[in-house]
Amino acid sequence: MNLFLDAFAWIFSPDRLTGSLPLPEAVAQHLAFTFGSVLIAALIAIPVGWAIGHTGRGREFAVALSGAARAIPTLGLVVLLYLLVGVVYKSQAAVVAFVILAIPSILAGAYTGFEAIDRSTISAARAVGMTGRQILFEVEVPLGLPLLIGGLRSATLQVVATVTIATYVGLGGLGFYIIQGIQLRDTAQILGASVLVVVLALVLDGVFALIQRLVVPRGVVARTARTRSTAAARPVPAS
Amino acid sequence: MSALRTSRLGARIALVATALTVTAVALAGCGSSGSLDEPAATGGASGGATGSATTITVGSQAYYSNEIIAEIYAQALEGAGFTVERKFNIGQRDAIVPSLQNGTVSLTPEYTGNLLQYFDKDTTATTTEDVYAALKKALPEGLSVLDQASATDQDSYNVTAAFAAQHNLTSIADLANVPNLVLGGAPELEQRPYGPTGLKDKYGVTVSFSATADTTVDELVAGGIQLADVYSAEPNIKTNNLVTLEDPKGLFLASHVVPLVGSSFPADAADVINAVDAKLTPEGLVSLNVESKIDQKSSKDIAAAWLKANGLS
Repeated sequence: MNLFLDAFAWIFSPDRLTGSLPLPEAVAQHLAFTFGSVLIAALIAIPVGWAIGHTGRGREFAVALSGAARAIPTLGLVVLLYLLVGVVYKSQAAVVAFVILAIPSILAGAYTGFEAIDRSTISAARAVGMTGRQILFEVEVPLGLPLLIGGLRSATLQVVATVTIATYVGLGGLGFYIIQGIQLRDTAQILGASVLVVVLALVLDGVFALIQRLVVPRGVVARTARTRSTAAARPVPAS
Repeated sequence: MSALRTSRLGARIALVATALTVTAVALAGCGSSGSLDEPAATGGASGGATGSATTITVGSQAYYSNEIIAEIYAQALEGAGFTVERKFNIGQRDAIVPSLQNGTVSLTPEYTGNLLQYFDKDTTATTTEDVYAALKKALPEGLSVLDQASATDQDSYNVTAAFAAQHNLTSIADLANVPNLVLGGAPELEQRPYGPTGLKDKYGVTVSFSATADTTVDELVAGGIQLADVYSAEPNIKTNNLVTLEDPKGLFLASHVVPLVGSSFPADAADVINAVDAKLTPEGLVSLNVESKIDQKSSKDIAAAWLKANGLS
């Protein structure tokens, strides 16, 4: 337990506000890398995922591609891209690697969100005269949102944890303290910085959990609530 | 030009390799840790007690040049009939010294000056002989050093040739009048006695620090930093035409290659290692590093060739 006390003492020490990388700045860098990368990944993966979900085409390709992308070791990719583009563009190199890390989850969230919609709902929408565009934006997108947010949620978690490696190419973030601490054998510092990464991950996860609840369309909430209550009140007769 | 290219490519490949091994070592470390405080303690106690008398565990830092020297030691010992176990790429000094103390490692190549500063932060010794003498005194119970080699590999502050010409720089002291200096180096440099604090105290040079890690020389050439901490035996000082600033006030201690041994090191093996150190010259060390970084040879091949060339195999 002492170790954790030391770690918390490290986090809250006034020394954290001085030095080459003050702690708030490291947290800001860390979050900037995380949000920047997830945002770019979302801009790429959501339209593609929706297109796949809406048309039903290209699914195999997307599954194979995102499966393969998941297998890429991000640290290796960061270093490889750094070597390819050179030191001047190392931030961009790192962001590209994090974007590649984030895309599979978001892509999967986007198209599975559409696939999970009851086909009869789509047919009903078409039957009442909705155009393809209306079906997409007024039926599929809102109904697919919870799964899409779930995809964004896991992508963010993966990226916030992985941004620690940015420091291998000298980009700061909370990884700086971890790497410095390893070399200096300063356990309190390593643990303190790791705890902060965990806290960031938990907070972001909490925020996304909240968003996920909020984006469930009202109709879906009402329907599930009603089915539940009817089911409870009157056992469904065997059909 | 083509030499420059090859060297950059070499440095890059080395960087990828470093990144991969760092991950591997980090993972290995996770697996074997007994407790967070003394990661090697549990393994060490049993290893030291049960290890057979003729098995010598050679450790090395996570630094390719250190690994080459460790490999040379290992092959020399094998040639003399000892059984050798290699534990390379352990980490920095802060990770290896505890393993020597608890017996998991019995021999590792070290550097006199940096090792002395590790045990005695406030040491005033700077010359080769003073440092070696002070180091022998500063070593804790159970650790000792064998003969030091003439080869040196120490931290050094470097600037680009253009920057040196522009500001008329030959020594670290000349930096005092240069504004907005950014010093780049490994993340731990920030906390080292010769880091930003030492620059300020000894030379009155104010720098801000940037943890450029393995990208330090690239950053210096690209202009992201103005001052770079590079090991003096690194081939890329030459290939990038860098100017190493003189250190008249002894911010960096003379730092010769020296074998650091723990109590589990058999006394009769010392002669084997001392014979190696007698042949290890500063130029020799640089060319070993060139063979690794530029010619991309494995430390095994480099060590074998070196031992043969020096009549030690």
